[in-house]
Amino acid sequence: MIEIKNINKSFNKKQVLFDISGQFEKGKTNLIIGASGTGKSVLLKCLVGLLKPDKGNVLFNDRDFTNGSKKLITELRREIGMLFQGGALFDSKNVEENVMFPLNILSKLNKDKKLERVNHCLKLVGLENINNKMPSELSGGMKKRVGIARAIVNNSKYLFCDEPNSGLDPLTAIKIDNLIQKLTHELKTTTIVVTHDMNSVMEIGEKIMFIHKGKKLWQGNNKNIFNSKVKELNEFIFSNKLMKKLKS
Amino acid sequence: MKNFGKYIIFISSLFQRRESFKTYFNLSINECIKIGYESLFIVAIVSIFMGAVTTLQTAFNLVGPLIPDYVISLVVRDMTLLELSPTIIAIVFAGKVGSNIAGELGTMRITEQIDALEVMGINSSSYLVLPKIIASILMYPILVVMSAFLAILGGYIAGTISEVIAGAEYIYGLRYEFNPFNIPFALIKSYVFAFLVASISSFQGYYTEGGALEVGKSSTQAVTKSCIAILIADYLLAQILL
Ligand SMILES: Nc1ncnc2c1ncn2[C@@H]1O[C@H](COP(=O)(O)OP(=O)(O)OP(=O)(O)O)[C@@H](O)[C@H]1O
Ligand SMILES: [Mg+2]
Repeated sequence: MIEIKNINKSFNKKQVLFDISGQFEKGKTNLIIGASGTGKSVLLKCLVGLLKPDKGNVLFNDRDFTNGSKKLITELRREIGMLFQGGALFDSKNVEENVMFPLNILSKLNKDKKLERVNHCLKLVGLENINNKMPSELSGGMKKRVGIARAIVNNSKYLFCDEPNSGLDPLTAIKIDNLIQKLTHELKTTTIVVTHDMNSVMEIGEKIMFIHKGKKLWQGNNKNIFNSKVKELNEFIFSNKLMKKLKS
Repeated sequence: MKNFGKYIIFISSLFQRRESFKTYFNLSINECIKIGYESLFIVAIVSIFMGAVTTLQTAFNLVGPLIPDYVISLVVRDMTLLELSPTIIAIVFAGKVGSNIAGELGTMRITEQIDALEVMGINSSSYLVLPKIIASILMYPILVVMSAFLAILGGYIAGTISEVIAGAEYIYGLRYEFNPFNIPFALIKSYVFAFLVASISSFQGYYTEGGALEVGKSSTQAVTKSCIAILIADYLLAQILL
C-alpha cells in the first residue's frame, strides 16, 4: 500500500499540487485521473521520487520515501518499476538489454538467471523472440509492452504507469490496460496508473483518484464514479458524446 | 552568469553517488570508440589540407632572396603545434562530437530516458556524462597528435608537388631550432579543450526542455558555446604558459 499525506508542490511560486492525501491499495489498479495540465504527472513524479514535494510525505508500506535515510531510499528504489509515457526505452540498447538493465543495476543474479528472468517477463507481456530488436524497430504498443516488462523485471512491488495507453488505437489501448491489471493481480503489485482515458477508467478503475487544478476532489471506484455529485468530475466524465448517450 | 553557476553545480554532481568502477570503465571504453573512431576521418581530412594550405601560403608570403626555404616548414611546424592542431581541430571536434553529445543527451531527456535512469536510482548525470568526458580527455590528445603529424605531412606533400620547397629542405626546417616545450603545451591545450567541449555539450544536452526542436537548438548551442569557450581558454593558456 502507498499512502500520500498533504503533498504540496510549486514551480517558481506557481503552485501545482495542493494538499493531496490518499491511499493506493495493494493488488489493485489505482487510477489517477483528471484533465490535461492538472498535475497528474507531477504527482506521479513526486510519488516515484523524481520530484521532491515541498511539503508532505509519501509512505510505501509505512516507510517514508520523502524523508527516509539513503539506505531506505535505495531499498525502495529496488521495489519501484515505472512505465513512461513513450516507453522511455534506451535507444542504444536492444530489447533484451533494455529489460535486463534494471537487473544489471539492482540485482545480484548471475547471467543465466537474469536472461531467464528477462525472457519470462517478455513472455508475460506477450513479446517473444524479439530480444535482438532495437527500440526504433518496434511499434508504439510494443515499446510500451517492453517498457512494462522492464518495469516488472526486478520483481517490483510498486508499479507506476504514466498514460500507458495514450497514442494507441482503442484495441491496443485496452490490451495494455488489461495487461497491467492482469500483472497487478498476479504479481500482487501496488499499481498506480495516470490516465485521462475514460475507457481505462471503466476497464480497470478499481480505485480512482480525481484531480482537478492540483486538488483532489474525489476518490472512489468505477462503480460509484457515475453517482458522484462533484460537478468537475461529471464534466470530466461526460465530456464526450458517447458517455452522454450512455448516461441518458 | 546564472548558467555558469548551474554548470559548476552540474560538474560537481558528476562525482556524487557513483556507480562501480567497472561500470564506468566499460562505458568509457564504448565512448572512446565512438568519440575517437567517428572523428578520425574528418580530423584527418582537415589536418592534411590545413598543413598543405599553410605551406603554400607561407611560401607565397615569404618570397625573397634573403629568406631560406626551410623557414617555410619551420613556420608550418610551429603553427601546427601551437595553434592549428590543438585549436582548429578542437573547433572541428566541437562540431562533430559536441553536437553529437548534446543531441544524444537531449533526446534522452525529452523521451524520459533520463528519468527512467533516475527512477532506478542511478545518478543519471554521472552515469551518462562522466564516461563521455573521460573518453574525450583520453581520445582528443591522440587526435591532436595524429592531426599534427598529418598536417606536417600534408605540408610536405603540397610543398614538394608544387615545388615551392625541396623535400630535404622541408625536413631540415622541421628540425631547425625546435622548442620541445611546444609539445607539452599542445597536449595541455588538448586536455583543456577536450574537457570543455565534452562538459559544455553534455550540460547543454542534459538540460534540454521541450521537444525535437529544442534538441536541435541544444546541439547548435553546444557547438557555439564550446567554440567560444575554446577560444577564451586558448587565449588564457597562451597568456599563462607562453
Ligand atoms: N518541471 C516543471 N517546471 C515548471 N512547471 C511545471 C513542470 N512540470 C509541470 N509543470 C506545470 O505543472 C502543471 C501540471 O503539469 P502535469 O504535467 O502534471 O499535467 P498533467 O496532468 O500530467 O497533464 P497531461 O494529461 O497533459 O499529461 C502544468 O501547468 C505544468 O506547466
Ligand atoms: Mg502528464
